[in-house]
Amino acid sequence: MESTLRLISANPVDRLARTVEALLVVASAPLSIEELSEATRDDPERVETAIGLLKERYSEGRSGIVLEDVAGGYAYRASRESADACARLFEQPVERGLSGAALETLAIVAYLGPCSRPDIARIRGVAADSAVASLVERGLITEAGRESAPGGAVRYRTTPLFERVFGLESLAALPRLDDLGADAGELRERLLEVAEARAS
Amino acid sequence: MPVRELELELDAFEGPFDLLLTLLLKEELEPREIDIAAIVLAFVEHMAARDELDLEACGEFLVLVSALLELKARGLFPEEAAELGELEPEEAAEELARRLAEYRRMKEAAAWLLERLGSEQNRFFRLGPAPLAPRPDRQLAPQDPALLGAAIRALAVPPPTVSLGHMALRFPPVSQFLERFRALLSRRRLFDFDTEVEGLSRVEQAVALLALLELRKAGEISLSQAQPFAPIRVSRADSERITEWKARSA
Repeated sequence: MESTLRLISANPVDRLARTVEALLVVASAPLSIEELSEATRDDPERVETAIGLLKERYSEGRSGIVLEDVAGGYAYRASRESADACARLFEQPVERGLSGAALETLAIVAYLGPCSRPDIARIRGVAADSAVASLVERGLITEAGRESAPGGAVRYRTTPLFERVFGLESLAALPRLDDLGADAGELRERLLEVAEARAS
Repeated sequence: MPVRELELELDAFEGPFDLLLTLLLKEELEPREIDIAAIVLAFVEHMAARDELDLEACGEFLVLVSALLELKARGLFPEEAAELGELEPEEAAEELARRLAEYRRMKEAAAWLLERLGSEQNRFFRLGPAPLAPRPDRQLAPQDPALLGAAIRALAVPPPTVSLGHMALRFPPVSQFLERFRALLSRRRLFDFDTEVEGLSRVEQAVALLALLELRKAGEISLSQAQPFAPIRVSRADSERITEWKARSA
């Protein structure tokens, strides 16, 4: 009499999850669903399911490494509870504080990029050369072509490292510009008030 | 103390205010490099330290710093300054307000980034060059296959044969003289080189000499010359050996 063996798998994507896990361990930059799907030669929807499994397994409080959505893909990072130990051994990408000028420049490039140094200087009112150089050196922004005019200025955009350092899923995770600062109408009113006060 | 002697410590300049103005007027310093707010702060601190209000100094400072501000503004917005000048006062106020609002938004965005950096301070992750194979970006727009085919056909046409007419030899090849000298030596035991090449051009004589050297190198002939510039006598290598043997045995 023939006996039939039945293998019961906990989850149909377990094997795929293990492959995705391996790819994410080897990668030094976040991997997108498309990249993972191409590498595993599997369906993007199944890859997403596998990622879901891994995210559950590698989450804060459950594991020393955490799988997160960052910079348009998925990547591992150390859990927050092990941050102190990590800090004793490793340096963070932005260890030294960013100056106010560098942060303003970074904000302009993040929101308006690709943009050139003259664009940045036009908004900030001061030259941005040293701030741009410092951000490029830290790997937070990078060159992104030139302005279309002949001899056009170099334009800059933020890098995936910027999104990783600031823990952003993508640039779309930045707060909306309209929600920041006073609106032009309010400022115009204040300017007119000052002008009227001077005239009287 | 006159305002012009006010000591400044800026990122782009360190020294008295007077020198700063001189450098700016001589265009040895870019106005956009100068942080005017820092100058105003330095002046205010200086005035506060003196504990008395020097109206004359304040007036002079205001004149100088406003001129500096205008210089910087013109440097930063050379085209837009002209545009603003053409606007009606209300429109100019509107434009100014728009620009100020833009800057304030960016300042707020920078503050948000700073806060975010603080809250994400304990993020540690692996960094390194991406081990991914580079993928060439497809930057070409869709092309018409017929046009591409025509372009390839145009490129595939064999190029016209390059004429080597200008490189034609104007003197006989060395091989010609090699054959000539070999034929001569097959008939005669020795000959006089100068006599053989008499009447030839200088280039032909040079080629004949090269042929002679080739034959000597190959060991086919022996050369002798009584003295420099005397006629060169060419003989078969074996005949010379026979002559030498005869001389020794005698």
